[in-house]
Amino acid sequence: MACSRPQWILRQFFRIFLLILLLLLLILFFLVLDPLGLGWRRTPHLQPTKILYPSSYLRPLTQTPERYISTNDSKERKICESESCFSFDISKCGRLKEGRLSIYIYPLERVFVDGKLVQESLSREFYHLLQSLLESPYIVADPAQACLFLPPFDLLNLTPLLAQDSQVSLTQLQRALESLDYWGDDGANHILFSMFPRSHALRTLSSSAILIASSFSTTRVPLHVPFLTFSPYGLTKDSDSPIRRDILCLSAEGGEREELFPEDVLVLSYCRDNSRARCKENIIYPYPAVLAMAEFCIVRDLSQPILWDAMAAGCIPVIIPGSYRLPFDDVIDWTRIGILLYEHQLPEISAILRSVSEKRKERLQSQLKFIFERYFQSIPNLISTALEILREKVFPHSAVSIYQWNHNPNNNDRVSPLVEARISPKNPGFTALILAYERISSLFSLLELLSKVPSLAKILVVWNNEKVPPPVTGWPIVSKPLKVVRTKRNWMSNRFFPYTEIETQAVFALDDDILMLTKDEIEFGFQTWREFPDRLVGFPSRTHVWDNFTGRWKYESEWTNDVSMVLTGAAFYHKYWHYAYFEEMPFAIRRAVDEQMNCEDIAMNFLIANRTGKGPIKVGPRKKFKCPSCSKNEMLSADTSHMRERTDCINDFRRIYGHLPLRPVEFRADPVLFRLDPLPSRLLKFKDIGSL
Amino acid sequence: MGRRRKYPLISLVLLTFILGLTLLSLWILFPKDYFRLPEATKLRDKEWDYMLHSLSYLSIEDVQQNYEKEKLLKDGHNENQRPEEDFIHCQMETCFNFNRCRDNFKVYVYSVESAVPTSPTYEKILNVITSSPYYTKDPGQACLFVLSIDTLDRDELSRDFVRNVPSRLQKAPFWNNGENHIIFNLYAGTWPLYNETELGFKVGKAILAKASMSVEHFRPNFDISLPLFHGTHVEKGEDLGLGVSNEFPSYKQHLISFKGKRYVYGIGSETRNSVYHLHNKKDVIMVTTCKHGKNWKEMKDDRCDTDNAEYEKYDYETLLLNSTFCLVPRGRRVGSFRFLEALKAGCIPVLVANGWILPFSEVIDWKAATIMGDERTLLQTLDVVRSISNLEIFTLRQQTQVIWNQYLASMEKIIYTTFEIIRDRVERHTWRDKNLWNSVPGALSFDLDYADDIKRFPFHHDGDVGLLPNFTAVIYVESGINGLKSSTLGSYSNSLLFRQVRNAAKSQYISKILIIWDSLRPIPKVWPDVKVPLTIKRSSSKSVSQRFVTSDEIETDAVLSLDEKELLSTDEMDFAYSVWRSFPDRIVGYSTRSHYWDEKKNVWRYSSKRTNDYSMVLASGAMYHVYYNHLYWTQTPTQAQQLVESLHSCEDILLNIIVSRITRKPPIKLTSHKMDQSAKKVSGDEDIFQQRQNCLNELLEIYGSVPFKRSSVRLDPVLFRDPVSNLRKKYRQLEL
Repeated sequence: MACSRPQWILRQFFRIFLLILLLLLLILFFLVLDPLGLGWRRTPHLQPTKILYPSSYLRPLTQTPERYISTNDSKERKICESESCFSFDISKCGRLKEGRLSIYIYPLERVFVDGKLVQESLSREFYHLLQSLLESPYIVADPAQACLFLPPFDLLNLTPLLAQDSQVSLTQLQRALESLDYWGDDGANHILFSMFPRSHALRTLSSSAILIASSFSTTRVPLHVPFLTFSPYGLTKDSDSPIRRDILCLSAEGGEREELFPEDVLVLSYCRDNSRARCKENIIYPYPAVLAMAEFCIVRDLSQPILWDAMAAGCIPVIIPGSYRLPFDDVIDWTRIGILLYEHQLPEISAILRSVSEKRKERLQSQLKFIFERYFQSIPNLISTALEILREKVFPHSAVSIYQWNHNPNNNDRVSPLVEARISPKNPGFTALILAYERISSLFSLLELLSKVPSLAKILVVWNNEKVPPPVTGWPIVSKPLKVVRTKRNWMSNRFFPYTEIETQAVFALDDDILMLTKDEIEFGFQTWREFPDRLVGFPSRTHVWDNFTGRWKYESEWTNDVSMVLTGAAFYHKYWHYAYFEEMPFAIRRAVDEQMNCEDIAMNFLIANRTGKGPIKVGPRKKFKCPSCSKNEMLSADTSHMRERTDCINDFRRIYGHLPLRPVEFRADPVLFRLDPLPSRLLKFKDIGSL
Repeated sequence: MGRRRKYPLISLVLLTFILGLTLLSLWILFPKDYFRLPEATKLRDKEWDYMLHSLSYLSIEDVQQNYEKEKLLKDGHNENQRPEEDFIHCQMETCFNFNRCRDNFKVYVYSVESAVPTSPTYEKILNVITSSPYYTKDPGQACLFVLSIDTLDRDELSRDFVRNVPSRLQKAPFWNNGENHIIFNLYAGTWPLYNETELGFKVGKAILAKASMSVEHFRPNFDISLPLFHGTHVEKGEDLGLGVSNEFPSYKQHLISFKGKRYVYGIGSETRNSVYHLHNKKDVIMVTTCKHGKNWKEMKDDRCDTDNAEYEKYDYETLLLNSTFCLVPRGRRVGSFRFLEALKAGCIPVLVANGWILPFSEVIDWKAATIMGDERTLLQTLDVVRSISNLEIFTLRQQTQVIWNQYLASMEKIIYTTFEIIRDRVERHTWRDKNLWNSVPGALSFDLDYADDIKRFPFHHDGDVGLLPNFTAVIYVESGINGLKSSTLGSYSNSLLFRQVRNAAKSQYISKILIIWDSLRPIPKVWPDVKVPLTIKRSSSKSVSQRFVTSDEIETDAVLSLDEKELLSTDEMDFAYSVWRSFPDRIVGYSTRSHYWDEKKNVWRYSSKRTNDYSMVLASGAMYHVYYNHLYWTQTPTQAQQLVESLHSCEDILLNIIVSRITRKPPIKLTSHKMDQSAKKVSGDEDIFQQRQNCLNELLEIYGSVPFKRSSVRLDPVLFRDPVSNLRKKYRQLEL
């Protein structure tokens, strides 16, 4: 029997099976063995950290493996205590562009050097430190990918080690460090965290490790990070104490000699058997609660936890750093949160503090609160701040400015994005940006008018209509470059798209029916913008008024004595605002504008006022802009619904920003010599301004 | 039939096999922990349990014991005098005598020995200091001392090298190991090592203000790193940055460029020798030459000829102006002229000079104006630079201009910045923070002595937030001294003055009226009955400057300066105040003047003609911030003050100069119905007019630059002369 049909089918099935099998095997081969070295399996950030460090990583030390080493088999080590021996291998840190730190944490273990256990337990703070590191994005499981290494030893407090009756000596600790797999000769790329007592001892452990340590004296190694001595009270939060700061200045470090200070400084010392208190003569003050009763707290010794305690209590620290660096001083501006003094100023301390104005105290206090909560409050805060500073030092090109580090966004200290808003140069003029819809004849006469304005550099027509614009031959011939851009959809926000075709700083936004402006008016408008380049400078103006009847803000187009908005149907502004409209403005506003097909100009007024804190500038006397030929009745009905919508916009935008950023002003801009003045017209530079 | 049944069986077996394989591969692919997430979270409770039970790292006993120890150390430490050689660890506490600076911050300059040659650059520096408000002739009053010995160039091979400095120092009467001295230096060390410590004398306790300092030898918070500037750097005034700072978007023709010398060997040659790798002739231009020095031909390597050819194709200045970024690698010394040149051109410096302490980095946040590169990763620079966004470039470039214009644009600014940094250290408890230094108008515009609340200054108001409400009217009465002949004195009526007082009193924003009586006329006994506090102050000295009353007597931020010649209506005063609140840093007023250059006579002309622009606002009817009165008294050069005293005029020109120098913006003119009259009156008096013009020229000479900015815009009330009922207008009197 030759191949029957079903048999043939089965055979085909079999072949297909075999093929699939082969394919599967092939895929498996590539997946598991990865012969091409694609490294697809090593994508740590795609996997949850829990896998990298099994949840069992953090555990009591008694449950960790033991390791025995001896100081005798210590390798010959070049002794180098000088800071010039510091070395750091930046090539381990990946591509600069990405600017990502990667940290490997050695597994916890119990190391016995010469039979003695190097550390018997880990402190609570060290567990917190590990915990926050494990949860940070920096951590990697593979030491080969790590830029930085964290030894598994708790060095936060070296006092026990340094004590004379200590079982373990520094040399033994050093030996334990040296026995780490990636320590190398000198611990390059390793980080050591320490908070107490001072960093001297740490420096003898290694000359190349990066120290994140408190009370740092000046160093020539830029990578070290001055750290803070965290307070043991930090983890047991006191109940909120009442804020009545009756004491001007308090020294609660304890052990201070009273005669160092002027009389009106309250100097407290340690109590005999109560560690949670400070004493003066027989009065006992609860500590750290007493700090919340003072306006200023003296911090004479940065290795004391008092700095943290004072900051936590909202007491402005009066710091005498001596030769020590302040915590995180690379980025934190301590002048804004404390008073810095020299030792020799101690006798005049109360005179100095009394001369601090109330306003400055307020500012110090609010900045102190902000900085403390953001960078110092808890161990995770401290660790992430320290690591971010370290990251900026390893990848300095990605560092943010000190302003950004210290800027409290809730403060009303706005800085205009156009920092040097001085007179803009006359050249290369401005770009007229016309939002065109359908009114072709008026558009064409507008083009002809514009082309006569001397400072016009270019005309850009944004064809905001699904219909095709007239053919090239149909456009009028003008003496200035003209470009037409078609938009995909008729969105109001298209007007503010950051078109690359705009090459000048100044943009003159226009509606296609604005034919009432004269050449002189436009030129003068540009001149005015040049003198106020960060503002919105335009012709038709509006204002907002409080409506007592409805209890909300109302859009007002009547003749009033002030101006808080100018319409972008005819307004000059800086091109930057195009960018800001799309990138910085709350998206909800842009969406509302595009949905309602209205209020794009109100949105722009809000945006600029909110970023600069400045009002707009209206140019020239009042002019009739609205549809001169329309009949009165038509306008009225269209107007009322239009006005209602715009009133809604103001109230909606106010809600989105959380406040009303508009700034009303009572002035408008006119030429120095003005047509309405009793002057011969030959003197005027801008003659044709102000006709209705 | 039987065979038919077999096939399904085989396929079944195969299927199970494949399934098994898939499972196996899954098992291999995903470690078992992957599926154990819920359990892990359960474990965490336990962790927390033992973590909470573990002890804090720091016990109270530790703190107490340690504190006693440290205290002993600290107290003992102060009594021990450091050995003399230990000046490499100098700090303000150990090497600076604060007692000298207790009362004020003055600088003494040793008199110049005629025998010692001084380089033109150092002469300029000394000139800047002696004509500055810091200068004192009395060494007893001085906080800082500046040597007359030229220490700028300590390269032995240089023309300007001064010999025998150590012995000369011995002769300096106040030297005392250099205590409170400041030593300026631009170059140290010489070929081939260019060792920056090789100054040829011992600096001791003196503060070293030096260019090209590196982290190895810099004494933090003690020495000052200077920018390296040319001898042609503008001495006074300002040489404003060329980067139009508001340019946006910010890409230029070239992404990054470098054109400079290449050292074939020796210190500082590595980076410059490898930049050619980055050159792509399009957006990255990196061209070097080995053609420098006498015997370059002997030293040249294989690439020199091709390099030189490429080098000739590009012009240095053009590259600076047309590049977004400029590579600033170290030269023989860590710093280079290129740094300032790039900043001025608005080209964002990409620094490749490891260990360089950037100029004034104690106060200037260079992260906001530059990109920090690294010599070790030079070849990744392009990568980094390409990843910087348009907006970041925009802010970086703006910041280059802010820093250049405020602290580097002239020798005067560099020297003043140096002094102000030391001043901030001496008065460490005060408030000039990094934000102030790195924003507009910069720390040099904030006088520490004026107030400690930043809102009391005319800047940083975010609109008008924090400005004190209301204004103080200061009426200056001087007629009888200069303006009028004494014969008319007796018959002079006070009616105009009284009207001025009444108008001011009617203003809704007035807080107080202050009359400065600088006239031979008797002070009237009866004054108009007004509800506002009225103070009459007889001028103590016959000086026009008396009209600029300082904040000791004025409780508001706004001052309205008036005189009796020019009457302002109440509405005019109110409107001026309303506008001023939008521009608290400028002078807002009614009568204006302008200046222009007369090419025929080579002088600046002072003009009261009806022109379409203006650059000054007269003091008769001007609203401005009282801080400027403070600056008028404390920060003006003595020469300028003397000039005003001797002429008994042009005090308002000086005030305009002070304000314009800080704001670099024009003043603001408001509408006045009497604009024309005032112009006529003054131009009628030819003598006074000529005198003011001379004064203007002399003042500009003293300041070394023309700070005025011109404006063609005046501000009117919104409804000014609009065809609406006058009843609807708020400022009606302006239209009368």
